[in-house]
Amino acid sequence: MTLYLIRRLLVFATMLFGLLCITFFIANVAPGDPAALAAGPNATKSMVEAIRVEYGLDKPLTEQFVHYVTDVFAGDFGRSISTTRPVLDHIAEALPATMELIIVAMGFAIIMGVALGVLAAVWRDTVIDHTMRVFAVSGIALPMFWFGLLLQLFFAVKLGWLPVSGQLGLITERPEPITHLLIVDSLLRGMWGTALEGLRYITMPALVLSFPCLASVARVARAEMIETMASDYVLGARAQGLSTFSIQIRHALRNAMLPVLALIGLRYGWMLGGTALVETVFDWPGLGLLMVNSVLLSDFKPVLAVTLIIGFNVMLANFLVDLAYALFDPRLRQG
Amino acid sequence: MTQTTVVPMAEAAAAVHEEKLDRYRELRRAVWLLSRSFSSMLGLGIVALFIILALFGSWIAPYPEAALGSVNMADMLQPPSWEHWFGTDDMGNDVLSRVIIGTQISLQVGLIITLGAAFIGVPLGILGGYLGGWIRSTIMAVTDLFLSVPSLVLAIAIVAVLGPGIVNTMIALAAVWWPGYVRLIDSKTLAIKEEPYVEAARALGASTPRIIFRYLLPGCASPLIVKASMDMGAAILAAAGLGFIGLGAKAPSPEWGAMLSVARGYLPEWWWFAFFPGMAIYLSVLGFNLLGDGLRDVLDPRTSR
Repeated sequence: MTLYLIRRLLVFATMLFGLLCITFFIANVAPGDPAALAAGPNATKSMVEAIRVEYGLDKPLTEQFVHYVTDVFAGDFGRSISTTRPVLDHIAEALPATMELIIVAMGFAIIMGVALGVLAAVWRDTVIDHTMRVFAVSGIALPMFWFGLLLQLFFAVKLGWLPVSGQLGLITERPEPITHLLIVDSLLRGMWGTALEGLRYITMPALVLSFPCLASVARVARAEMIETMASDYVLGARAQGLSTFSIQIRHALRNAMLPVLALIGLRYGWMLGGTALVETVFDWPGLGLLMVNSVLLSDFKPVLAVTLIIGFNVMLANFLVDLAYALFDPRLRQG
Repeated sequence: MTQTTVVPMAEAAAAVHEEKLDRYRELRRAVWLLSRSFSSMLGLGIVALFIILALFGSWIAPYPEAALGSVNMADMLQPPSWEHWFGTDDMGNDVLSRVIIGTQISLQVGLIITLGAAFIGVPLGILGGYLGGWIRSTIMAVTDLFLSVPSLVLAIAIVAVLGPGIVNTMIALAAVWWPGYVRLIDSKTLAIKEEPYVEAARALGASTPRIIFRYLLPGCASPLIVKASMDMGAAILAAAGLGFIGLGAKAPSPEWGAMLSVARGYLPEWWWFAFFPGMAIYLSVLGFNLLGDGLRDVLDPRTSR
């Protein structure tokens, strides 16, 4: 296990180095003058030159790269041109919002996806099952940004059940940060009203973000349920006289959960990518919105920082999923 | 010696003929299987409809000038009616015409991204899979690296540096889309190169390019077609997404994502302006996904699940 751990750590470190290379390459080697980009469209020639010297862009590329890597490890992502604040501050504000959104979205995907999958498996080849199949394929094809707009139109504007966008009302009192996750903090501080309001705000964006994932979870859950329901031990349980319902829930469902959790792990990175669209629609103050707004302002330091943070996040998640697998399945430690 | 060369000529010709007949039968069987699946035919129908719209859009559209960015303030933001089935937009242009003519842009963008990604990914996959060793390790390491960063995020970062626009969107998306092709072709090549007929060809002294073009590439054709069909949908969706957040095509262009981006400001009162371009994105992506799903069941039954 130790050997396996060391090997996985080495791979992880290599990937991280590769990620740094990619972001550096995008910033410095790709066509387009980074100094001119950073200076903005209205900058004079001397301003561009000043920025070139300030950012060290006049030095050789290898030196710049070493500089870049040491900066990143020190948590220094430079300053945002549009707000002049350190990029790290922006990230620190946006990351918890995105994490909270993704956690809730994953919860939706698992609970609703498994429920739908089980329904389709139990009522196999009925109308419910066929509807589910159409739903699963269309869930992947549905443009999230459009779906989000439609939900806003219906649930927020027409019915008035949920707020249109944002993370919390402007005048709502915010909790003192503990975990920096807004809803969790509100609960910990005993601010029930704020927590409830936070939940109302997060419902629609989380639902939209979970939707494509929900569809594939339902598909996998259905297939796994059908497979286990046909297995010998389920037959055995049946012979012992257990009720169909208890077999379905206690045996089949439990077995279906592992592939579902693996799928969710795989979809984590995909969800992080989706935040760029969902957060734009719902004005959710997370990493995706930070990235999109920065691109629109030609403020490219935050863009690269978000790319790096999200990439790192996904790599870390993959690493942890691999470790968890190795813990549960000793055969994998060899490979 | 002469005998062995003369007599088998006829036999070889017969064998070639037989092989062609086999392929023809296989194709007919595939078409038959495909035509029996309702969802595949639905997908094919939708895709065919959009291809027709893309090819003949400027003849079909009731007001073709609407796509050129004309301004017609008298008809601004009209609800759907007999004259304007999908209503009119903020410039008084017919939304139906713009959606129809926008088909061409979206399909083209999807095709270019898919082809570009395949063009980068397929050679890398074949080379890695066939040559093996450190070349394969290097290629796969870079591929894994690109796969671990969400493609949309990486594409946005590239567009940020290149500058917004439809061409840069296509470049950025193709630049992050290729790793999937490397994975697919690499595993397929690894499987095929151990097949007896490839071993035999190598033993007979066939050159590497000949093996690649005569045996490996055709062997990869089915999964490649399936993936390309699925990717067309995904690429259209991604390009529209970039258009929506303002990084892709810009306003007067009838690109669906860009239309939606403008229309968003006119919700909720003028809902049709946003509803129909989004519907077009959804239907086209759905069509390619259903078709790809059906093709996979027919062409590549082992990987379907």
